[in-house]
Amino acid sequence: MKTSARFEVSGGNTVLLLGTTKGAFLARARDGGGWEVAGPHFPGEEVYAMAYDDRAGRSRLWAAPGSPFWGTTLRFSDDFGATWSGKDERRIGFPEDSELSLKRIWQIRPGSEAEPDVIRLGVEPACLFESRDAGDSWQPVEGLLNHPHRERWQPGAGGLCLHTIVGDGEPGGRMMIAISAAGAYRSDDGGATWEARNHGVRAEFLPDKHPEFGQCVHKIAHHPTNPGRLFLQNHWGLYRSEDWGDTWVDIANGVPSDFGFAMAMHPGDPDTVYVVPIESDGFRCTPDAKLRVYRTRDGGTSWHPLTEGLPQENAYETVLRDALATLAPGQVFFGTRSGKVYASRDDGDSWELVRDGLPPVVCVKAGVA
Amino acid sequence: MRIVLPEALRELAGGRPVVEMRVGAGAGATDGAPGPVADDRHSVGGVLGALRASHPGLHDRLMTEQGVLRPHVNIFVDGENIRFTGGLRTRVGAGSEIFVLPAISGG
Repeated sequence: MKTSARFEVSGGNTVLLLGTTKGAFLARARDGGGWEVAGPHFPGEEVYAMAYDDRAGRSRLWAAPGSPFWGTTLRFSDDFGATWSGKDERRIGFPEDSELSLKRIWQIRPGSEAEPDVIRLGVEPACLFESRDAGDSWQPVEGLLNHPHRERWQPGAGGLCLHTIVGDGEPGGRMMIAISAAGAYRSDDGGATWEARNHGVRAEFLPDKHPEFGQCVHKIAHHPTNPGRLFLQNHWGLYRSEDWGDTWVDIANGVPSDFGFAMAMHPGDPDTVYVVPIESDGFRCTPDAKLRVYRTRDGGTSWHPLTEGLPQENAYETVLRDALATLAPGQVFFGTRSGKVYASRDDGDSWELVRDGLPPVVCVKAGVA
Repeated sequence: MRIVLPEALRELAGGRPVVEMRVGAGAGATDGAPGPVADDRHSVGGVLGALRASHPGLHDRLMTEQGVLRPHVNIFVDGENIRFTGGLRTRVGAGSEIFVLPAISGG
């Protein structure tokens, strides 16, 4: 198999972490323009979750490759993929008495700068795992593991996955997680207890369109300078909350469809959010065969298409929930199920193709070396 | 008794293609790793369970947290797939050879 393992990164380089259904790739912005792409790492394994941890002087890549045969592992690299930790160095598992078995890691979320050794994982079946020693050991968050709603949570098409973790960054503070298809849950005590926070979010696929929980939330985004203001891309529905999810209002003002998966916050502007609308749950492709990212600059009052450099005909694309990322000052990246990766360096006004022909892209993360 | 590993799992056995195990009293690995005694010392399940202590990483790749064989892992004992010989209750002897192989499923 042809692989490109040599991947030299200099300080200040923008690095993309690209998880696909057949392995992980890394991309580096060349100084003179263009991109260098290396990989695959973990060839043949799906990589739904990656993260870049640059806290406390680290330059650590995390990846969660999953083999169809041997299950999911959690790996890290401190040398940009030249070497990875062993398959047995970071064991993640449910307690035997839980009757649960790990299927997939959907999210790797380093904590805030205030808690530089905290990392959280969102997994399937839906649960949160937490490490307080920079990933050496992991424990399930009991308040979610034993949540009384658990027995009534139903899986979405991708499985019963906890795919989104946001928080106020304060140790012992407030967090929100999203589960498909159980909805949004918030903890006000660092994860000890959790309550559903889905008021105003509809569940099109249930007889009761506004249950306490059971919504299929696809992504939640917020800005660290205004953490209580949340944006939510639902399985049908685009919402904003100004009160940490106590209430949600519809903000699908000007998008061709309010169905979609991916959502990302501008790193420098708490009013700017990106989404990639999908036509419908029955036809999960970009509307009108045009690949368009939509951006709001006013907190969802209006949305406008971003198309320069993106194909506007015969583009039957899908951008999945974790395949859209932003990076300061104004960089935006996304990958498609057809294996294309695009980058913008001007807030999404224009786009360049980073790489075509990758396996289906399911995760895009970005960092600065 | 030998457990023959596929390439993908050998790093979990120190790079070796085979893990030697004892069965019966004192069941466990014989390669210097601590060898616990499995509950059922003469079954595939007991032998694989003994890996939990001696080769925990390898155990986790073969079995789920619930002690169930991963669905796309095939185990052959002396040439026969254990799905047809009693599953994890399949008996093994001192001279048995357990082959671990990935199923041909996948996309």
